[in-house]
Amino acid sequence: MIELVNVVKRYPMRRGHTTVLDHVNLRVERGEKVGILGRNGSGKSTLIRLISGAESVDKGSVRRGMRISWPLAFGGAFQGTLTGLDNLRFICRIYGIDIASAIPKVEAFSELGAYLHEPVKTYSSGMRARLGFALSLAVDFDCLLIDEVIAVGDSRFHEKCNTEIFQKRKDLAMIIVSHQPDTIIEHCDRAAVLQAGKLHDFPDVEQAYDFYKGVV
Amino acid sequence: MHATSLSRSLVLQGRVIGALLMREVITRYGRHNIGFFWLFVEPMLFTLGVTALWSLVQHSSGARLPIVAFAVTGYSSVLLWRNMPNRLVGAVGPNLALMYHRNVKVMDMYIARLALEAVGATISFIGLSSAFVVMGWMQPPQDLATVLLGWFMLTWFGAALAIFVGAISERTDLVEKIWAPITYLMFPLSGAAYMVDWLPPAGQKAALYLPMVHGVEILREGYFGSAVRAHYDLGYMATVCLALTVLGLAQERYISRRLAPE
Repeated sequence: MIELVNVVKRYPMRRGHTTVLDHVNLRVERGEKVGILGRNGSGKSTLIRLISGAESVDKGSVRRGMRISWPLAFGGAFQGTLTGLDNLRFICRIYGIDIASAIPKVEAFSELGAYLHEPVKTYSSGMRARLGFALSLAVDFDCLLIDEVIAVGDSRFHEKCNTEIFQKRKDLAMIIVSHQPDTIIEHCDRAAVLQAGKLHDFPDVEQAYDFYKGVV
Repeated sequence: MHATSLSRSLVLQGRVIGALLMREVITRYGRHNIGFFWLFVEPMLFTLGVTALWSLVQHSSGARLPIVAFAVTGYSSVLLWRNMPNRLVGAVGPNLALMYHRNVKVMDMYIARLALEAVGATISFIGLSSAFVVMGWMQPPQDLATVLLGWFMLTWFGAALAIFVGAISERTDLVEKIWAPITYLMFPLSGAAYMVDWLPPAGQKAALYLPMVHGVEILREGYFGSAVRAHYDLGYMATVCLALTVLGLAQERYISRRLAPE
């Protein structure tokens, strides 16, 4: 289980500060797939980073009762100057995974072929997303944090995600953040909408979507 | 329960620091030409150059101490207090992407970089001294334990200063700008190129305010034994190092809590 209680996050600004998250509460059970809808700059990525532990909260608490992935996002997590394979080795080392057994899994899922020996900075965003997903599946997390990137994959990648994640790993929890409702409608059991620092939680995706349409 | 969670976090931190060390070696030295060996070949080249220059200059100024040993002990000490802070100034930025992984903390990255720097300087120091001793350009040290004490104190000072300067450099760009002139000016004052005993009394008193001077004096007492009159206060240097360590860790904690990865 993941539980956020009264989480507050502020950032310093040129004048004063901005409150990005204002007493946010969220609970995600094992195997649940939760979507977070919100406009650009509403604090979705901040929320994901707080859940992952990459950033710390100013107030409130985050309880992590599962093995949670790093945020699978457009930036971060990889060292651009290193090859895909060196990044794989680094990530295996920090999560305590056997490198030799991870390599074939990542090769199979990412389909990067010879590009695994090239620096990650030369990858397209779709290729990075594939490497990120492949690695997080190799580490075997209980919960994936997905920040928009699902949308950049091509149809083959989507097919793969469907079989590997949504069929084979039903227990895998997920928090998907997006400004595009389609991704969330397709994959999530329920959804919440982030607006003006508040998180509005809904029991199903339709209600969240209706509320979101009113906000946009 | 507490014991297991502590040992588990130690294992975890060890794993992360190990991974960061490997990554640092690859990004810094690559797999081309001599690769990893640059870790100590680079400081060796610096020390060799300075030793050669000082040997030339000394021929015209008259000898007070064997110049090769004087230069090796002096310049190697500079490597410790100057290069460790240099490696940590602005070190968070290029490593921000790695902090997406919750287990990778600023301190882990600092420890990995400091360990590499210290190992490089130490191998360079031992390697050059051994080579010069074998070639007969340098006598073996009089008292190895004192040499080790001096080296340890200089390493501690370098590491504590590095964490402090590195952490405050993340708070204001000013640090990065003024750190370079400070190290440049500190080099002639640091005790690398003189012994405190050679200074007039007022100069001695002033020089001994600088913590690294004590370290170099200890190092040289170990090396030259009774051939030199070393001036130092181990208690003073330890106090300064301890204070810098506490201040540095506090600053590191401050910046870690406010870290925002990209």
